[in-house]
Order: sequence, then C-alpha cells, then structure tokens
Amino acid sequence: MLRLALKMLFGDTGKYLMLIAGLVFATFLMAQQAAVFCGLMSWTTATLKNVPAPIWVVEKQVEQVNETNPLLDTDVARVRSVDSIAWASPIYSGIQRVRLANGNFKIIQLIGIDATTLAGAPPKLQPGQGRLEDLRLPHAVIIDDLGRKRLASDKGRPVELGDVFELNDQEARVVGIADAMMSFTGGPYVWTTYERALQYTPPQRKMLSAVIAAPRPGVSVEQAVADIERQTGLRAFTNQGFGSSDKDFNTTTVWWYIRNTGIPISFGITVVVGFIVGMAISCQTFYSFVMENMKHLGALKAMGTSNWTLCTMLTTQAFTVGFVGYGIGMLLTGLFARAALENKQPPFYMPLSVPFAVLGVILFICSLSALIGIWRVSRLEPAMVFRG
Amino acid sequence: MSDPVSPPQKPLAACIRGVTRSFGDGGTKLLVLKGVDLDVRCGDITMLVGPSGCGKTTLISIIAGTLAADDGQLEVFGNDLRKMSKAAITRFRAHTIGFIFQQFNLIPTLNCIENASVPLLIQGCSTRLAEKKARALLEQVGLGEHAKKRPSQLSGGQQQRVAIARALVHDPRLIICDEPTAALDAKNGLLVMEIFEQVARSPERAVLIVTHDNRIFSHANRIASLDDGKVTDVHDADGSSPLPDHIANLAHG
Repeated sequence: MLRLALKMLFGDTGKYLMLIAGLVFATFLMAQQAAVFCGLMSWTTATLKNVPAPIWVVEKQVEQVNETNPLLDTDVARVRSVDSIAWASPIYSGIQRVRLANGNFKIIQLIGIDATTLAGAPPKLQPGQGRLEDLRLPHAVIIDDLGRKRLASDKGRPVELGDVFELNDQEARVVGIADAMMSFTGGPYVWTTYERALQYTPPQRKMLSAVIAAPRPGVSVEQAVADIERQTGLRAFTNQGFGSSDKDFNTTTVWWYIRNTGIPISFGITVVVGFIVGMAISCQTFYSFVMENMKHLGALKAMGTSNWTLCTMLTTQAFTVGFVGYGIGMLLTGLFARAALENKQPPFYMPLSVPFAVLGVILFICSLSALIGIWRVSRLEPAMVFRG
Repeated sequence: MSDPVSPPQKPLAACIRGVTRSFGDGGTKLLVLKGVDLDVRCGDITMLVGPSGCGKTTLISIIAGTLAADDGQLEVFGNDLRKMSKAAITRFRAHTIGFIFQQFNLIPTLNCIENASVPLLIQGCSTRLAEKKARALLEQVGLGEHAKKRPSQLSGGQQQRVAIARALVHDPRLIICDEPTAALDAKNGLLVMEIFEQVARSPERAVLIVTHDNRIFSHANRIASLDDGKVTDVHDADGSSPLPDHIANLAHG
C-alpha cells in the first residue's frame, strides 16, 4: 500500500512539485540563513582564532574580544607574576587604515605581538610565503590571504612578499602571508611586532589591548584564569571554543553580539519567514492533494483499507516530499556554501546542529501536513463513495 | 412476485430483517429505511430498484458494512455486522466484499494492473502476486492489452471493466454494485453486464446491484423493489412471470 501511496503522490506531478518547492524553499532559507548567521558570529571571534593563546586577559569591563579598553603596559608584568602562569605576552589589536601605493585607503585589523616570543603569531603561514621570524625585520608585517587582494594597488596583481604600503605614514613591508579567518569588520589581518604596532597607531596614553598567557604545566586553564582574576583584578578568559564554558572568550563574544545587536533578530526573522512560507505552502498543498484524492481514499476505505493504513499512506507521502525537499534544499545550501567559502564571503559556518535542526523543522511541517490529511481521512465515511 | 424472504434452495449471503436507518437529529431527522426485509442469495444476481431517494444506496451501504443500521437484524454470510467492531467490519469488507462504483473510482495515477490489484494489496498480499492475479482478471474482462494503461487512456466501458476486475481479484463472496451502467452508453452498458455476468456469477457468490437501468434487468435472478424506505416487492426473474409494470417501466438512467 505504501508503494501505491507513493505512486499516487508522484502521479500528481503539479502538486508533488509544489510540495517539493515549498520544502526546498523552507530548507534552503532556514539552513542558509542559519549558517550565514553562525558564520557571522564565528567572524566575531576571528581574532581569538588568528591570535591563538589559551588565556586572554583584558580590562575588567571588557565583555567581548572586539572591544578594546586599553590596559597599562605594566599589566603584562602583573599577569606574569601570577604563580600558575607559564608565560604572558602583550597584544595590540585595533582597526587601522592602510594607504596603498595607488593612494587608496583600506581598513585593516592590526595585531601587534611580542617580538621575542612571537606569541600570538598567525597559526599557519602559506607554503613558500615567508617565515615567521622575518617579522622581527624592520618594517615587517605579515598579512592574511584576504589582504593579498584587498591591499593590492593593482587589481590584477595580488600583494607579493616584499610589497610595501603605508600605515600612519610609515612603511610596512610584507614578509609573510598567512591563512586566517576573516574579521567581523571585513578587513584583512595584519600582524607586526607589538612595538611597531604602537608606531603604526596614533599615540594614546594606554595602548595595550590585551595580554595573552598560558598556564604552567599541570595547571588547568580554568584555574589559571581564576588565579589571574583574583591576583590582578583584571578580567581573564579561556580560549577553548564557543560553548566550552562561561569563562570562554568565544562564548562571551558571541553572546554579546546576540544580546546587543540586531543581527539575530534580522536573521531570525528570515528563518521564521522560511518556516512560515514553507509550512503554508506545504500544508495547503498537501491538504489540497488529500481533498482531491478524497474520492479515491474513500473508495479504498470502503474496500477495506483501515484508518491506520490510510494514515500510514498519508504519512509516507508527507515524509517522502519532506525528505526529498530537504535533500534538494540542503544540496542548494551546499552549493551556496561552496561559492561562499571560495569567495570568503558571505560568512558561512554550519555547525552539525543546523542541518539536524532544519530537518526537525521540515519533519514538523510534514507531520503537520500529514495530520491535517489524517484528520480529514479519519472523518471520512466509507459510505460516501456510494453517494457520488 | 415473491416474498422478500428467501426460499430455502440457495444459501443466504445476506439476511436483512427490520433494518432501519435515519439521518439528522430532532426536527430534521429523516427516516430513510423503515424496516427493510430482504434476502440476498448466493448464486443469484439480485437487483435493487426504486425511485431516487427511496433508500437503495443507504441499504447497500449497510449491507456492505460501510454504514451502520439504527435497528434491525443484519447478517452477511452468518456474521452479525451490528455486533462486530469497526475494525472487524473493515477486515470483513476487505476479504468478503467486492465493490463496483457508478463513477468507477479508479485511481488515475495507477495503471490498470495496479488499480485491479488494490483489494489484494489491502489484504496484505505481495505486489507481485497481486499484480499477477490482476493481470489474469484483466485478461478475463478483455483488457489484457490495456493492462499498462492508465484509466484516462481508456473509454468509460473499459474503465468499468477494470473496476470489475478490481471487484473480483480477491475472489469475494459478495459483490456490491452501485449503478454500474449509469455512466455508460447503452451498448457499453450491455457489454459490461455481459462480461460481468460471465466472470462474476458463481454458486458461492452473491451479487447485489443497485440500478435504474431497466435494460440490464434481464441479467437478474431477483429484482427487489424499494419504495419509501421499504422493500415493496421481490420478483423472481426465472421467466415464469413477466416483470411487474412498476419495475419494467423504471426510467433508464
């Protein structure tokens, strides 16, 4: 009977395609928008990925990584003095303007790291694109892959090693190209030494953005963070990934953006629209499909098909279109993801929970559609087939 | 003319005594069947005739177990339908009764074999076996070469022959037909009845046909006349006596 149910479904090409279209639309909109939202939230923590360190220490009012309330230079020493800390290094992080050789200005995310230890350097340089140690050379900077395009004076020629541009009227020479996550502001990352970063930046009384640190062997990151906060009065976070703990900087950063910006509402509305439109199209079309088949369902019921079998048939039909629509929708999302990742924008990050959540929503829509049909069929009197 | 209660020579398929059925409530209550007595015998083709609104459709719905009677006794092959659960009646219908509808009620997205195999699939039979039996039945009704066609590719007469194959494929003991020739022209109506009689008539099987079509009366063994919710007359069509005027003059269609 299930084969028969599927034949009834596939045979009504118009309605079948309409149902699929509704669910593809819903799947694509919900998955794509959710993934772009997650990608955007992931970009907010890009500095934490591009400046890897187990512990970040910031001014006590700071709630997220892109907020910089400067510290005193002496705060580095105070963190170093904490017993459970193995090392601590200064970090400068700020948005600056680069003047290109052609006179254009571009926004960058400037990162200054400790010249001695190079702690906070980009995790991975591109093969054959410079050495980390060269950052100690005069005027040396390392840029990310995005910077190769964005900081190019000539659009047809990406930035190469040895190219120069100006930062605060001072020369910056590219000595390395790194792979890095794109920043929330969209500007490329540029690493240099901490002292040189201060030269590239218009002077202020306090310039230290953060201190990065690591615990001594045998001391947990959480313990070290607690020690730093207790002994220095500064605020310390772990850097172990979103959701790892309440004291994780990724987690607090993402939640700050969720609470303090309209981004989740904007994306949320689109996701809800996808859900409502998908549900409306699917439920309405499936109901119409059931109503048009009522005569045949009535005949099946008269011929001895049980309510249970009819319900199973309707559920099979609803879930078949659900899985097909979901599959095509996710395929389209995959194509979108491929294009987005190749172009490095729009942001796209799909945690495993997104496809499962979207599948859950699609199955909910299908269940609702099936329930409407089941409600109609269970009220159907088999005797109606004799009444024409 | 004979009594609606059966002479004893053939086994009874359905025995109906004092069956009543009404629709609506209170002031709008309409008593459609007012104490019907009727026997349907195995080996016979029994036709149920009468003017529109006399209760024919209600009566066959009750005999088929698709509608419950308000009162009276109703036994089909010895089963008291009024004492059976809904699920049991549904199973009973699936195994015991074949249906032929006025508008054929073939599923348009299935081909002839698939349509004809539906009753066996309802019983839980495998698709392969069901389609094998369905094909054999389609051959019997002369539609072997159209087996893979969909209903929309067939004439009305051919569609009704597919419906006949569907009604017989699970070898039911009672076949209930609701105006089987009403949607067909005279030629096709007679052809369909001839084919139907050839394949459906059997000593173990009863056939009950509701019809207005006096051209097919010649295929009947018994013709029961229903009027105002009661069986008023049952005529044994054994050729010993002519059809009563009120039956013979029933309008076609």
